[in-house]
Amino acid sequence: MKNILRVIIILGLFVSVQSYTNAQCKGFAKKICKLELIPYIHDGNYHAAVLTEGEEAELYKTFYSDQEYRIAICGSDALPDIEFQVIDAHKNVLYDNRNNGLNRIWDFTLESSQQLKISVKVPVGNSESEYPASGCVAIMFGFREK
Amino acid sequence: MISKTYLPGLLRFIFICNLVFFVVACGTDKKNKKGQGDEVGLEDFISDDDIFDDINKAKKIFYSLPSPLETAMLIKSAGADYDPELLNDLGNVRNYITNKSKALNLGIYTTDLSFASLFDQTQTSINYMNASRSMAEALDITDAIDNETIKNLENNLDNRDKVMDIISETFLNSSSYLKENDRQGVAAIVLVGGWIEGLYIAAELVGNSPIEDNKLADRILEQKLSFNIVERMLEDNRTNEEGEEDVDIVSLIEQIQDLKTAFDKVMIESTQIEVDADEQSNVSTLKSKTNISVTPEDFKQLQIVINKLRTDFIQ
Repeated sequence: MKNILRVIIILGLFVSVQSYTNAQCKGFAKKICKLELIPYIHDGNYHAAVLTEGEEAELYKTFYSDQEYRIAICGSDALPDIEFQVIDAHKNVLYDNRNNGLNRIWDFTLESSQQLKISVKVPVGNSESEYPASGCVAIMFGFREK
Repeated sequence: MISKTYLPGLLRFIFICNLVFFVVACGTDKKNKKGQGDEVGLEDFISDDDIFDDINKAKKIFYSLPSPLETAMLIKSAGADYDPELLNDLGNVRNYITNKSKALNLGIYTTDLSFASLFDQTQTSINYMNASRSMAEALDITDAIDNETIKNLENNLDNRDKVMDIISETFLNSSSYLKENDRQGVAAIVLVGGWIEGLYIAAELVGNSPIEDNKLADRILEQKLSFNIVERMLEDNRTNEEGEEDVDIVSLIEQIQDLKTAFDKVMIESTQIEVDADEQSNVSTLKSKTNISVTPEDFKQLQIVINKLRTDFIQ
Protein backbone atom coordinates (compact mmCIF):
# COMPACT_ATOMS: atom_id res chain seq x y z
CA MET A 1 0.00 0.00 0.00
CA LYS A 2 2.80 2.31 1.04
CA ASN A 3 4.63 1.51 -2.22
CA ILE A 4 1.56 2.20 -4.36
CA LEU A 5 1.13 5.54 -2.62
CA ARG A 6 4.77 6.34 -3.27
CA VAL A 7 4.44 5.51 -6.99
CA ILE A 8 1.32 7.68 -7.23
CA ILE A 9 3.13 10.58 -5.58
CA ILE A 10 6.12 10.17 -7.89
CA LEU A 11 3.97 9.98 -11.00
CA GLY A 12 2.02 13.03 -9.82
CA LEU A 13 5.27 14.88 -9.34
CA PHE A 14 6.45 13.76 -12.75
CA VAL A 15 3.30 15.02 -14.51
CA SER A 16 3.50 18.29 -12.59
CA VAL A 17 7.13 18.73 -13.59
CA GLN A 18 6.21 18.26 -17.27
CA SER A 19 3.30 20.73 -17.13
CA TYR A 20 5.45 23.16 -15.22
CA THR A 21 8.26 22.82 -17.77
CA ASN A 22 5.84 23.48 -20.66
CA ALA A 23 4.31 26.49 -18.97
CA GLN A 24 7.77 27.73 -18.09
CA CYS A 25 8.88 27.45 -21.72
CA LYS A 26 5.89 29.43 -22.93
CA GLY A 27 6.49 32.09 -20.28
CA PHE A 28 10.20 32.21 -21.11
CA ALA A 29 9.50 32.79 -24.82
CA LYS A 30 6.86 35.44 -24.18
CA LYS A 31 8.36 37.32 -21.27
CA ILE A 32 12.10 37.04 -21.85
CA CYS A 33 13.06 36.06 -25.39
CA LYS A 34 10.46 38.29 -27.07
CA LEU A 35 12.11 41.35 -25.51
CA GLU A 36 15.21 40.61 -27.59
CA LEU A 37 13.21 41.47 -30.69
CA ILE A 38 12.59 45.11 -29.76
CA PRO A 39 12.32 47.36 -31.85
CA TYR A 40 11.22 44.76 -34.41
CA ILE A 41 7.65 43.43 -34.42
CA HIS A 42 7.34 39.84 -33.36
CA ASP A 43 5.64 37.79 -36.09
CA GLY A 44 3.49 35.99 -33.49
CA ASN A 45 4.77 32.48 -34.20
CA TYR A 46 5.82 30.25 -31.30
CA HIS A 47 8.82 27.95 -31.68
CA ALA A 48 10.19 26.67 -28.38
CA ALA A 49 11.21 23.32 -26.96
CA VAL A 50 12.94 21.85 -23.96
CA LEU A 51 16.44 20.79 -25.02
CA THR A 52 19.28 19.14 -23.13
CA GLU A 53 23.00 19.86 -23.44
CA GLY A 54 24.31 18.42 -26.70
CA GLU A 55 20.92 18.46 -28.44
CA GLU A 56 20.09 20.28 -31.66
CA ALA A 57 17.02 21.79 -33.30
CA GLU A 58 16.38 23.06 -36.81
CA LEU A 59 13.91 25.50 -38.25
CA TYR A 60 12.99 26.11 -41.90
CA LYS A 61 11.53 29.43 -42.95
CA THR A 62 11.19 31.62 -46.03
CA PHE A 63 12.43 35.17 -45.59
CA TYR A 64 11.21 37.83 -48.00
CA SER A 65 12.86 40.76 -49.73
CA ASP A 66 11.86 44.29 -48.71
CA GLN A 67 11.63 43.24 -45.06
CA GLU A 68 14.22 43.58 -42.35
CA TYR A 69 14.39 40.61 -40.01
CA ARG A 70 15.76 39.89 -36.58
CA ILE A 71 16.35 36.33 -35.41
CA ALA A 72 16.48 35.91 -31.63
CA ILE A 73 17.54 32.60 -30.13
CA CYS A 74 17.50 32.29 -26.38
CA GLY A 75 18.11 29.56 -23.85
CA SER A 76 16.94 29.56 -20.25
CA ASP A 77 19.44 30.25 -17.46
CA ALA A 78 20.09 26.57 -16.78
CA LEU A 79 21.67 26.18 -20.21
CA PRO A 80 25.02 27.35 -21.57
CA ASP A 81 24.89 30.04 -24.30
CA ILE A 82 23.09 28.68 -27.35
CA GLU A 83 24.98 28.28 -30.64
CA PHE A 84 23.21 28.93 -33.92
CA GLN A 85 23.90 29.06 -37.64
CA VAL A 86 21.89 30.41 -40.56
CA ILE A 87 22.32 28.21 -43.62
CA ASP A 88 21.12 28.71 -47.20
CA ALA A 89 19.69 26.18 -49.64
CA HIS A 90 23.17 25.34 -50.94
CA LYS A 91 24.37 24.64 -47.40
CA ASN A 92 26.49 27.75 -47.17
CA VAL A 93 26.72 29.11 -43.66
CA LEU A 94 25.60 32.73 -43.84
CA TYR A 95 25.94 33.46 -40.15
CA ASP A 96 27.48 31.63 -37.21
CA ASN A 97 27.08 33.19 -33.79
CA ARG A 98 30.20 31.35 -32.57
CA ASN A 99 32.15 33.88 -34.66
CA ASN A 100 30.19 36.71 -33.10
CA GLY A 101 30.50 36.27 -29.36
CA LEU A 102 27.55 33.84 -29.18
CA ASN A 103 25.15 36.69 -29.90
CA ARG A 104 21.52 35.92 -29.25
CA ILE A 105 20.31 38.02 -32.18
CA TRP A 106 21.11 38.57 -35.84
CA ASP A 107 19.62 41.35 -38.01
CA PHE A 108 19.49 41.02 -41.75
CA THR A 109 17.73 42.03 -44.91
CA LEU A 110 17.49 40.27 -48.26
CA GLU A 111 17.79 41.42 -51.86
CA SER A 112 15.67 38.46 -52.91
CA SER A 113 13.42 36.10 -51.00
CA GLN A 114 15.13 32.96 -49.74
CA GLN A 115 14.36 29.82 -47.85
CA LEU A 116 16.84 29.41 -44.99
CA LYS A 117 17.58 26.91 -42.28
CA ILE A 118 18.32 27.97 -38.71
CA SER A 119 20.37 25.34 -36.95
CA VAL A 120 20.49 25.56 -33.16
CA LYS A 121 22.70 23.65 -30.74
CA VAL A 122 22.88 23.54 -26.97
CA PRO A 123 26.59 23.00 -26.32
CA VAL A 124 27.77 20.80 -23.49
CA GLY A 125 28.61 23.13 -20.62
CA ASN A 126 31.34 22.95 -18.04
CA SER A 127 29.04 22.18 -15.14
CA GLU A 128 30.24 19.42 -12.81
CA SER A 129 26.68 18.25 -12.28
CA GLU A 130 26.03 14.52 -12.58
CA TYR A 131 23.19 15.11 -15.05
CA PRO A 132 23.17 17.19 -18.26
CA ALA A 133 21.29 20.47 -17.97
CA SER A 134 17.90 20.84 -19.68
CA GLY A 135 16.01 24.01 -20.38
CA CYS A 136 13.83 25.93 -22.74
CA VAL A 137 15.18 27.15 -26.07
CA ALA A 138 13.09 29.66 -28.05
CA ILE A 139 13.54 30.73 -31.68
CA MET A 140 11.73 33.97 -32.45
CA PHE A 141 11.48 36.26 -35.46
CA GLY A 142 10.85 39.97 -35.67
CA PHE A 143 10.36 41.98 -38.83
CA ARG A 144 9.85 45.51 -40.06
CA GLU A 145 9.49 47.20 -43.40
CA LYS A 146 12.75 48.30 -44.95
CA MET B 1 5.77 11.68 4.24
CA ILE B 2 8.94 10.89 2.32
CA SER B 3 11.98 10.65 4.54
CA LYS B 4 15.23 12.42 3.67
CA THR B 5 16.96 9.10 3.03
CA TYR B 6 14.62 8.45 0.10
CA LEU B 7 15.29 11.81 -1.47
CA PRO B 8 18.38 11.09 -3.65
CA GLY B 9 16.75 7.91 -4.96
CA LEU B 10 13.52 9.76 -5.57
CA LEU B 11 15.27 12.51 -7.50
CA ARG B 12 17.07 9.91 -9.59
CA PHE B 13 13.76 8.20 -10.28
CA ILE B 14 12.15 11.46 -11.38
CA PHE B 15 15.15 12.14 -13.62
CA ILE B 16 14.82 8.69 -15.20
CA CYS B 17 11.07 9.24 -15.67
CA ASN B 18 11.86 12.52 -17.42
CA LEU B 19 14.37 10.80 -19.67
CA VAL B 20 11.85 8.09 -20.54
CA PHE B 21 9.22 10.75 -21.19
CA PHE B 22 11.46 12.68 -23.54
CA VAL B 23 12.48 9.55 -25.43
CA VAL B 24 8.83 8.49 -25.83
CA ALA B 25 7.69 12.01 -26.65
CA CYS B 26 10.33 12.38 -29.30
CA GLY B 27 9.80 8.91 -30.68
CA THR B 28 6.96 9.96 -32.96
CA ASP B 29 8.90 12.91 -34.29
CA LYS B 30 11.96 10.85 -34.98
CA LYS B 31 9.96 8.12 -36.63
CA ASN B 32 8.44 10.65 -39.00
CA LYS B 33 11.71 12.34 -39.64
CA LYS B 34 13.57 9.14 -40.35
CA GLY B 35 10.98 8.29 -42.96
CA GLN B 36 11.46 11.67 -44.49
CA GLY B 37 15.21 11.73 -44.35
CA ASP B 38 15.93 10.45 -47.83
CA GLU B 39 12.92 11.83 -49.58
CA VAL B 40 12.31 15.09 -47.80
CA GLY B 41 12.67 17.81 -49.81
CA LEU B 42 12.03 21.41 -50.49
CA GLU B 43 13.39 19.70 -53.60
CA ASP B 44 12.19 22.28 -56.04
CA PHE B 45 14.39 24.81 -54.49
CA ILE B 46 17.37 22.91 -53.27
CA SER B 47 19.62 21.41 -55.87
CA ASP B 48 21.16 18.84 -53.51
CA ASP B 49 18.68 17.40 -51.08
CA ASP B 50 21.49 16.31 -48.76
CA ILE B 51 20.76 19.48 -46.81
CA PHE B 52 18.66 17.01 -44.84
CA ASP B 53 21.53 14.61 -44.21
CA ASP B 54 21.74 15.73 -40.61
CA ILE B 55 18.01 15.83 -39.98
CA ASN B 56 18.04 12.81 -37.68
CA LYS B 57 20.56 14.48 -35.43
CA ALA B 58 18.19 17.27 -34.54
CA LYS B 59 15.86 16.57 -31.67
CA LYS B 60 13.29 19.05 -32.84
CA ILE B 61 12.39 20.27 -36.33
CA PHE B 62 10.29 23.40 -36.78
CA TYR B 63 8.61 24.48 -40.01
CA SER B 64 7.77 28.16 -39.88
CA LEU B 65 5.17 29.74 -42.15
CA PRO B 66 4.60 33.47 -42.43
CA SER B 67 2.21 34.36 -39.59
CA PRO B 68 -1.02 36.25 -40.40
CA LEU B 69 0.70 39.47 -39.36
CA GLU B 70 3.75 38.88 -41.56
CA THR B 71 1.51 37.80 -44.44
CA ALA B 72 -0.49 41.03 -44.22
CA MET B 73 2.72 43.06 -44.01
CA LEU B 74 4.12 41.31 -47.11
CA ILE B 75 0.99 42.16 -49.08
CA LYS B 76 1.00 45.78 -47.96
CA SER B 77 4.69 46.29 -48.64
CA ALA B 78 4.13 45.00 -52.18
CA GLY B 79 1.90 47.99 -52.81
CA ALA B 80 -1.53 46.48 -52.16
CA ASP B 81 -4.63 48.63 -51.67
CA TYR B 82 -7.19 47.97 -48.97
CA ASP B 83 -10.40 46.35 -50.16
CA PRO B 84 -12.90 45.43 -47.41
CA GLU B 85 -14.85 43.27 -49.85
CA LEU B 86 -12.04 40.73 -49.81
CA LEU B 87 -12.29 39.98 -46.08
CA ASN B 88 -14.21 36.96 -44.85
CA ASP B 89 -17.73 38.01 -43.89
CA LEU B 90 -18.15 38.40 -40.13
CA GLY B 91 -21.55 36.76 -40.38
CA ASN B 92 -19.84 33.50 -41.30
CA VAL B 93 -18.56 33.06 -37.72
CA ARG B 94 -21.59 31.00 -36.75
CA ASN B 95 -21.15 28.64 -39.72
CA TYR B 96 -17.95 27.08 -38.44
CA ILE B 97 -18.86 23.97 -36.53
CA THR B 98 -16.02 21.51 -37.16
CA ASN B 99 -12.62 21.86 -35.52
CA LYS B 100 -11.01 22.10 -38.94
CA SER B 101 -13.21 24.98 -40.12
CA LYS B 102 -12.75 26.79 -36.80
CA ALA B 103 -8.97 26.44 -37.04
CA LEU B 104 -8.80 27.52 -40.70
CA ASN B 105 -10.97 30.54 -40.01
CA LEU B 106 -9.07 31.53 -36.89
CA GLY B 107 -6.11 31.94 -39.26
CA ILE B 108 -8.27 33.64 -41.91
CA TYR B 109 -9.86 36.16 -39.53
CA THR B 110 -6.46 36.90 -37.95
CA THR B 111 -4.98 37.70 -41.38
CA ASP B 112 -8.02 39.90 -42.14
CA LEU B 113 -7.57 41.60 -38.77
CA SER B 114 -3.89 42.21 -39.54
CA PHE B 115 -4.67 43.48 -43.04
CA ALA B 116 -7.34 45.91 -41.78
CA SER B 117 -5.06 47.14 -38.98
CA LEU B 118 -2.18 47.88 -41.33
CA PHE B 119 -4.54 50.15 -43.26
CA ASP B 120 -5.75 51.84 -40.05
CA GLN B 121 -9.28 50.49 -40.35
CA THR B 122 -10.13 50.92 -36.70
CA GLN B 123 -13.70 49.64 -36.35
CA THR B 124 -13.03 46.79 -38.77
CA SER B 125 -9.99 45.80 -36.69
CA ILE B 126 -12.12 45.56 -33.54
CA ASN B 127 -14.77 43.55 -35.38
CA TYR B 128 -12.20 41.10 -36.73
CA MET B 129 -10.49 40.81 -33.36
CA ASN B 130 -13.89 39.76 -31.99
CA ALA B 131 -14.32 37.24 -34.81
CA SER B 132 -10.85 35.82 -34.07
CA ARG B 133 -11.80 35.62 -30.41
CA SER B 134 -14.95 33.66 -31.27
CA MET B 135 -12.92 31.16 -33.27
CA ALA B 136 -10.26 30.83 -30.54
CA GLU B 137 -12.92 30.25 -27.87
CA ALA B 138 -14.70 27.73 -30.09
CA LEU B 139 -11.40 25.83 -30.23
CA ASP B 140 -11.14 25.98 -26.41
CA ILE B 141 -8.06 28.17 -26.59
CA THR B 142 -8.41 29.91 -23.29
CA ASP B 143 -7.18 33.43 -22.59
CA ALA B 144 -5.66 34.03 -26.04
CA ILE B 145 -8.01 36.96 -26.62
CA ASP B 146 -10.00 38.29 -23.69
CA ASN B 147 -11.90 41.47 -22.77
CA GLU B 148 -8.63 43.05 -21.75
CA THR B 149 -7.20 42.44 -25.24
CA ILE B 150 -10.19 44.09 -26.93
CA LYS B 151 -10.04 47.03 -24.51
CA ASN B 152 -6.31 47.36 -25.09
CA LEU B 153 -6.89 47.39 -28.85
CA GLU B 154 -9.63 50.02 -28.57
CA ASN B 155 -7.38 52.25 -26.47
CA ASN B 156 -4.49 52.07 -28.93
CA LEU B 157 -6.20 52.26 -32.31
CA ASP B 158 -4.26 55.38 -33.24
CA ASN B 159 -0.91 53.67 -32.58
CA ARG B 160 -0.24 51.19 -35.38
CA ASP B 161 2.88 49.69 -33.79
CA LYS B 162 0.96 48.99 -30.58
CA VAL B 163 -1.91 47.48 -32.55
CA MET B 164 0.53 45.18 -34.36
CA ASP B 165 2.05 44.23 -31.04
CA ILE B 166 -1.40 43.32 -29.68
CA ILE B 167 -2.17 41.18 -32.75
CA SER B 168 1.23 39.49 -32.49
CA GLU B 169 0.63 38.78 -28.80
CA THR B 170 -2.80 37.24 -29.39
CA PHE B 171 -1.45 35.00 -32.14
CA LEU B 172 1.45 33.98 -29.91
CA ASN B 173 -1.04 33.14 -27.14
CA SER B 174 -3.06 30.94 -29.48
CA SER B 175 -0.14 29.15 -31.10
CA SER B 176 1.72 28.57 -27.83
CA TYR B 177 -1.45 27.30 -26.14
CA LEU B 178 -2.08 24.81 -28.94
CA LYS B 179 1.51 23.59 -29.10
CA GLU B 180 1.91 23.27 -25.34
CA ASN B 181 -1.30 21.25 -25.20
CA ASP B 182 -0.22 18.78 -27.86
CA ARG B 183 -2.53 20.25 -30.48
CA GLN B 184 0.19 20.95 -33.04
CA GLY B 185 -2.11 19.73 -35.81
CA VAL B 186 -4.65 22.44 -35.02
CA ALA B 187 -1.85 25.04 -34.84
CA ALA B 188 -0.69 23.95 -38.32
CA ILE B 189 -4.23 24.28 -39.75
CA VAL B 190 -4.56 27.79 -38.27
CA LEU B 191 -1.33 28.79 -40.01
CA VAL B 192 -2.42 27.33 -43.35
CA GLY B 193 -5.75 29.19 -43.11
CA GLY B 194 -4.00 32.49 -42.47
CA TRP B 195 -1.47 31.90 -45.23
CA ILE B 196 -4.14 31.01 -47.83
CA GLU B 197 -6.09 34.15 -46.87
CA GLY B 198 -3.00 36.24 -47.64
CA LEU B 199 -2.60 34.49 -50.99
CA TYR B 200 -6.28 35.06 -51.74
CA ILE B 201 -6.20 38.78 -50.94
CA ALA B 202 -3.04 39.25 -53.02
CA ALA B 203 -4.38 37.17 -55.95
CA GLU B 204 -7.66 39.08 -56.03
CA LEU B 205 -5.86 42.42 -55.89
CA VAL B 206 -3.68 41.45 -58.86
CA GLY B 207 -6.83 40.48 -60.75
CA ASN B 208 -6.29 40.80 -64.49
CA SER B 209 -3.34 43.19 -64.25
CA PRO B 210 -0.22 42.21 -66.22
CA ILE B 211 2.20 40.22 -64.07
CA GLU B 212 5.37 41.68 -65.63
CA ASP B 213 7.08 43.94 -63.09
CA ASN B 214 4.15 43.42 -60.74
CA LYS B 215 5.44 43.24 -57.17
CA LEU B 216 2.25 41.78 -55.77
CA ALA B 217 2.29 39.02 -58.40
CA ASP B 218 5.92 38.31 -57.48
CA ARG B 219 4.90 38.03 -53.81
CA ILE B 220 2.33 35.38 -54.76
CA LEU B 221 4.83 33.44 -56.87
CA GLU B 222 7.45 33.55 -54.11
CA GLN B 223 5.00 31.70 -51.91
CA LYS B 224 6.10 28.59 -53.76
CA LEU B 225 8.99 28.60 -51.28
CA SER B 226 6.58 28.61 -48.35
CA PHE B 227 4.36 26.00 -50.00
CA ASN B 228 7.19 23.50 -49.55
CA ILE B 229 7.14 24.31 -45.85
CA VAL B 230 3.34 23.91 -45.71
CA GLU B 231 3.70 20.41 -47.15
CA ARG B 232 6.42 19.41 -44.68
CA MET B 233 4.54 20.90 -41.74
CA LEU B 234 1.32 19.06 -42.59
CA GLU B 235 3.15 15.78 -43.21
CA ASP B 236 4.84 16.19 -39.85
CA ASN B 237 1.42 16.38 -38.20
CA ARG B 238 -0.29 13.68 -40.27
CA THR B 239 -0.25 11.23 -37.36
CA ASN B 240 -0.65 11.89 -33.68
CA GLU B 241 1.50 10.47 -30.90
CA GLU B 242 -0.60 7.30 -30.81
CA GLY B 243 0.16 6.78 -34.49
CA GLU B 244 -3.42 7.54 -35.56
CA GLU B 245 -4.02 9.62 -38.67
CA ASP B 246 -5.37 13.11 -38.12
CA VAL B 247 -8.32 13.20 -40.52
CA ASP B 248 -8.35 17.01 -40.66
CA ILE B 249 -4.70 17.13 -41.67
CA VAL B 250 -5.12 14.32 -44.19
CA SER B 251 -8.07 16.07 -45.85
CA LEU B 252 -6.16 19.37 -45.89
CA ILE B 253 -3.20 17.68 -47.61
CA GLU B 254 -5.62 16.42 -50.27
CA GLN B 255 -7.18 19.87 -50.65
CA ILE B 256 -3.88 21.56 -51.39
CA GLN B 257 -2.81 19.18 -54.18
CA ASP B 258 -4.16 21.47 -56.91
CA LEU B 259 -2.17 24.31 -55.38
CA LYS B 260 0.93 22.12 -55.55
CA THR B 261 0.29 21.44 -59.23
CA ALA B 262 -0.15 25.16 -59.87
CA PHE B 263 3.04 26.07 -57.98
CA ASP B 264 4.93 23.35 -59.87
CA LYS B 265 4.58 25.54 -62.97
CA VAL B 266 6.45 28.37 -61.26
CA MET B 267 10.24 28.36 -61.72
CA ILE B 268 12.43 30.09 -59.15
CA GLU B 269 16.18 30.33 -59.69
CA SER B 270 18.50 32.06 -57.34
CA THR B 271 22.16 33.02 -57.47
CA GLN B 272 24.61 32.27 -54.68
CA ILE B 273 24.05 34.44 -51.61
CA GLU B 274 26.79 36.83 -50.53
CA VAL B 275 26.64 38.29 -47.05
CA ASP B 276 27.43 41.96 -46.69
CA ALA B 277 27.77 42.71 -42.99
CA ASP B 278 27.37 46.42 -42.24
CA GLU B 279 29.31 47.00 -39.03
CA GLN B 280 27.77 50.42 -38.45
CA SER B 281 24.12 49.43 -38.62
CA ASN B 282 24.73 45.82 -37.54
CA VAL B 283 22.32 44.78 -40.27
CA SER B 284 23.65 42.28 -42.78
CA THR B 285 22.41 42.19 -46.35
CA LEU B 286 21.99 38.86 -48.09
CA LYS B 287 22.88 39.74 -51.66
CA SER B 288 21.55 37.54 -54.44
CA LYS B 289 19.42 37.70 -57.54
CA THR B 290 16.32 35.63 -58.10
CA ASN B 291 14.58 34.93 -61.37
CA ILE B 292 10.92 33.92 -61.17
CA SER B 293 9.20 32.73 -64.30
CA VAL B 294 5.64 31.65 -65.07
CA THR B 295 3.36 32.04 -68.07
CA PRO B 296 0.33 34.37 -67.80
CA GLU B 297 -1.92 31.32 -68.29
CA ASP B 298 -0.28 29.43 -65.44
CA PHE B 299 -0.52 32.49 -63.21
CA LYS B 300 -4.23 32.73 -64.01
CA GLN B 301 -4.62 29.05 -63.10
CA LEU B 302 -2.82 29.71 -59.82
CA GLN B 303 -5.29 32.53 -59.07
CA ILE B 304 -8.23 30.22 -59.83
CA VAL B 305 -6.90 27.48 -57.55
CA ILE B 306 -6.27 29.93 -54.70
CA ASN B 307 -9.78 31.36 -55.06
CA LYS B 308 -11.36 27.89 -54.98
CA LEU B 309 -9.34 26.80 -51.95
CA ARG B 310 -10.27 29.93 -50.01
CA THR B 311 -13.94 29.58 -50.99
CA ASP B 312 -13.87 26.03 -49.64
CA PHE B 313 -12.23 27.18 -46.42
CA ILE B 314 -14.75 29.89 -45.56
CA GLN B 315 -17.87 27.85 -46.37
